[in-house]
Amino acid sequence: MSASSDTIKQYKEARPPPIASTGIIGWLRQNLFSSMSNTALTLVAIYLLTLAIPAILDWVFLSSQISGDTRFDCKVEGACWAWIDQRFGQFLFGFYPAGERWRVVIAFILLFPALIPWLTHGTPGQRYLRWFSVAYPVIATILLAGGFGLQEVPTDKFGGFMLNLIVGLSGIVLSLPVGILLALGRQSKLPLIRWFSIGFIEAVRGVPLITLLFVSNILLPIFLPPDVTLDSIIRVIIMVTAFASAYMAEVIRGGLQAIPSGQYEAAHAMGLNYWKSMRLIILPQALRISIPGIVNTFTGLFKDTTLVIVIGLFDILGIANAMVSNPDWLGLSTETYVFVAVFFFAVCFSMSRYSMWLERRLGKQRH
Amino acid sequence: MNNSESNKSNNRRPVIDIEGLNKWFGSFHVLRDISLSVEQGEKIVICGPSGSGKSTLIRCINFLEEHQEGQIVVDGIELTGDLKNIDAVRREVGMVFQSFNLFPHLSVIENCTLAPIWVRKTPHAEAEELAMEYLERVKIPEQAHKYPGQLSGGQQQRVAIARSLCMKPKIMLFDEPTSALDPEMIKEVLDVMVDLADSGMTMLVVTHEMGFAAQVADQVIFMDEGQIVEQNTPDEFFENPQSDRTKLFLSQILSH
Repeated sequence: MSASSDTIKQYKEARPPPIASTGIIGWLRQNLFSSMSNTALTLVAIYLLTLAIPAILDWVFLSSQISGDTRFDCKVEGACWAWIDQRFGQFLFGFYPAGERWRVVIAFILLFPALIPWLTHGTPGQRYLRWFSVAYPVIATILLAGGFGLQEVPTDKFGGFMLNLIVGLSGIVLSLPVGILLALGRQSKLPLIRWFSIGFIEAVRGVPLITLLFVSNILLPIFLPPDVTLDSIIRVIIMVTAFASAYMAEVIRGGLQAIPSGQYEAAHAMGLNYWKSMRLIILPQALRISIPGIVNTFTGLFKDTTLVIVIGLFDILGIANAMVSNPDWLGLSTETYVFVAVFFFAVCFSMSRYSMWLERRLGKQRH
Repeated sequence: MNNSESNKSNNRRPVIDIEGLNKWFGSFHVLRDISLSVEQGEKIVICGPSGSGKSTLIRCINFLEEHQEGQIVVDGIELTGDLKNIDAVRREVGMVFQSFNLFPHLSVIENCTLAPIWVRKTPHAEAEELAMEYLERVKIPEQAHKYPGQLSGGQQQRVAIARSLCMKPKIMLFDEPTSALDPEMIKEVLDVMVDLADSGMTMLVVTHEMGFAAQVADQVIFMDEGQIVEQNTPDEFFENPQSDRTKLFLSQILSH
């Protein structure tokens, strides 16, 4: 019998992989010490970390001071955190009346039940919570601005991180649907809708946000009835939303283009009309692909809320600027801006982690 | 027309009537003067070289492609640009694609219940019952809660057939349903299609599976350069092809 006509009598059993390629040792070998140059880089990185981490910890905690009335009370080499005690409220709430700040806190706490049903899947009572989220903007507006027995607080008293959150979250919640409509409009077969979408996207994307904010009090009245005047925070929200949704539209357009035409055809062949096929078939897939770009736009938008300073509103960065130029605390810019950065980082990092979690969860659906 | 023929056409009314159909892609004349009448319950297999317009022809029947000249009447409804008519036709015509086109973000059963729920307004529970019935018919009820990406090509195509059947169509269009499949999986899909043919469904099938054509087709159509070159019963078509182009085509696909 020739070798080529041999048949396998028994299949070979599957074996586990070699020890050195799995577990901690395998991970270390593959990721940190895979070659001479990588080993050298790993050792240099470890050395730099041993220098940096103790120095940072020392400046922030060990050699820092947290009490005192002015910066001249700080007698230490590390950070001077004494101002936090005096100014913390201002950083959070701006010039919102101290006795009414509990309303902001309640509005903030209520934000979570309003957001969670949209961010998760299968939360108990999701249906009722969604109705709550629809009512939330009204509830929050009343809590923040007053009315219905609550003392009225004019919006020029709004400030601090609260202002960043109000503008940022409103912009995020509004720019996604507007961006979706613009992206669909840009692909529309109807020329007027397509031209409007392209014109809007290109015009808004082509100018810096800061100029949009400057001209908002000239630009917006063109689109409004003559005797309507808009509150400056509403104006900012509209401009930030317009700006972010132009970027959003392009991100989502990328996702739409990645959907194979067979998906559109299958949806149409089943008799689904345009809006149903978009809502049920195309957008769920296109948005999933676009998650990284969408979150990118969201974090950009959130950080851009600091630009409200150009129209005279004092967000957390505005308060920080004011404090740094106050004679009592002059020169504490490192401490102040590190403190402000922590707030932005906390929010943006949470968004980024959430999007990674969401991608993983949705990723399970397609292999 | 003699008596027996006119009796026959009374009993079996045409559900698809195509007259003088012409279509261009840009300046390329892809369908040229096509006329075709399909009676209820008839099974028609369309074959031909690639680029001959056979897929385009069946895609015109549910208006996935728009024709420029001629008339297409499906189940008494004429296809024009009128969206109402298009939707009405699409509700009655199921389509199975070469690349399956299942919705990857929905589970198998959600794929099957989507159109009944959103287009036919079938209650949820009823739609699921119907979906399970058809999934059993294509022999994969146990995969109902998996996602398309977890299934083999043959299984995906069977789900696609079940998904179309859930709309209870009067006509089924198949656009090269086995061309994207591994050889081992072609049979399981053809078996389902034979089964469907036996149940009396009106079918138009673009395929090169000549065994299938011989087994179920009432008529075999050979297309080349956008026209119907030959149309005959399978026996005549395979035994006694008329045109040279048909003979060449058959010799090439049957030579293995």
